[in-house]
Amino acid sequence: MIRFHEVGLSYTDGVESDGRAGLVLRDISFTVPSGGFRWLLGPSGAGKTSLLRLLTLAVRPSQGEAVVLGQPIHLASRHALALLRRRIGVVFQDFRLLGHLSVFDNVALPLRLDGRPEGQIRADVAEMLRWVGLAERMAALPPTLSGGEQQRVAIARAVINRPALILADEPTGNLDEAQAERLMQLLIEMNRLGTSVIVATHQTGLVERYAAPALRLERGRLVGDG
Amino acid sequence: MPRRRFGSNAGGWWAMAKARASRLRPARFDELGLKRAFAQRLLPLLVAAMAFLAALTLAAMLATAGLARHWREGAGASLTIQVPAPEAPAASGGGSRADAALAVLRADRSVLEARRLSGAELDRLLRPWLGAAPETLGLAMPAVITVRRAAGSPGATEEGLRARLAAAAPGVLVEAAGAWLSRLAALARSLEALAALALLIVGGVAALVVAIATRASLAARREALEIIHGLGASDAYIAGRFAGRATWLAAAGGIVGTLAALPVLALLARLAAPVAALTAPAGQGLMTMAGAVMAASVWLASLPLAAAIIGWLTAQITVRRWLHRLP
Ligand SMILES: Nc1ncnc2c1ncn2[C@@H]1O[C@H](COP(=O)(O)OP(=O)(O)O)[C@@H](O)[C@H]1O
Ligand SMILES: [Mg+2]
Repeated sequence: MIRFHEVGLSYTDGVESDGRAGLVLRDISFTVPSGGFRWLLGPSGAGKTSLLRLLTLAVRPSQGEAVVLGQPIHLASRHALALLRRRIGVVFQDFRLLGHLSVFDNVALPLRLDGRPEGQIRADVAEMLRWVGLAERMAALPPTLSGGEQQRVAIARAVINRPALILADEPTGNLDEAQAERLMQLLIEMNRLGTSVIVATHQTGLVERYAAPALRLERGRLVGDG
Repeated sequence: MPRRRFGSNAGGWWAMAKARASRLRPARFDELGLKRAFAQRLLPLLVAAMAFLAALTLAAMLATAGLARHWREGAGASLTIQVPAPEAPAASGGGSRADAALAVLRADRSVLEARRLSGAELDRLLRPWLGAAPETLGLAMPAVITVRRAAGSPGATEEGLRARLAAAAPGVLVEAAGAWLSRLAALARSLEALAALALLIVGGVAALVVAIATRASLAARREALEIIHGLGASDAYIAGRFAGRATWLAAAGGIVGTLAALPVLALLARLAAPVAALTAPAGQGLMTMAGAVMAASVWLASLPLAAAIIGWLTAQITVRRWLHRLP
């Protein structure tokens, strides 16, 4: 479960250089039940990525209370946040793959950080790479892959340890129609199996095809929930 | 790099097998890319230089400590007494002045041993100054009595002893080794303290070197760190990766530096050997040398360990502090 109560976020300790309050998010209150699906919508610069950064525990809220997967992240210890991150899968806008590691090692990373046995890791990662159609490129380094291929590696890494929450930031931006379709099917399937999913996008076509409740942001404020 | 066909030659096959093993074996797993990012030549080199300095300082400290102990024990424990006109009759009683002085000394409870040097011994002592046959110069030779006293004899008894000696044989000269020996001992103690300070500074500089190298590799791997952190790596895990690398590099530097110091120390020990043999009690020169070498080896062997501990601790602290910029 996710519950935000009057959450504010500032990147500049609350004050901009010109003196006005520097909140990029303010008064954000919403709830997403376990297993829920939400679109996160809004024009560029509205604060979608910032809200996702709060949900991925990349920043703590500057104001208010935020509960993610049952943990109050404005209070939790650093170690508790680290453990919580292992239950959250993230597909970043810019992939965030490790360039010096093979595709296999990139996808295996969450499992290794979680201390899974190597034998299980090998089987799981191989299956996942087959599933996203990258079995042949297991030993390749990410910089040698196309944008779409890198995105699929990022998706494989995000879902490899069956997270309780999946967050995606403009995940279809680098994909063609068919690939975008396939990704949406994957996210819907994960959601059907009980994973909460939040997808930020400004592609209205996608939202029309897959009807679901939406969080709408405008200039750092939530203007619609549902 | 051109791809070799599988089995085209042994080298190609080996390279492929190795590549596969490194891909699958987690022991070689280097998700932060530290093998390249962590100053792998500069850090051991600088730590080696520190270990070299530490080894020399340590040896100096041990040697000074040994001298200080020797001098402390000697201070106050030995007297040299000269009796001019030794064969003239004493002030009271029937014997000579030399016999009277000896009698006074032997009666004193703090005196363990009082021995008059023979003519031959005197000759040997004076030969460097007076040449082969002092008698031919017609000098009136005093009697020389060496006195060994119980260590820590209080100064008051020494004053009493002087008075009694002066009464028995006026004009007697009492030369206490104590004053200058205790001054030497104090000097040795200050040298020891200076060496300890130098060791501390060397250790501090080594820690600084590790901290700078760690910070440089943190900066170089910032992106990878943020990704790993975002995937749920704990501070302990990330700090452990850096600390493991720093420990190994610092230990390697420590070993190289200490080994490099060994020939220098051996040379110094050889130069010092005759002096050590002279200052040690007769027959014990070799034993003291062996003991010193043993003690020095134990201390020197601990240098790479100290380097490793400094490396581990510094990297742990540096990385954990750096990580606090991430939530
Ligand atoms: N790291 C940052 N530091 C300072 N300001 C930022 C940072 N990231 C985003 N912002 C600002 O926050 C606002 C919202 O940005 P963002 O969350 O990226 O919106 P969106 O993803 O909807 O385009 C923008 O005004 C942007 O300039
Ligand atoms: Mg964005």
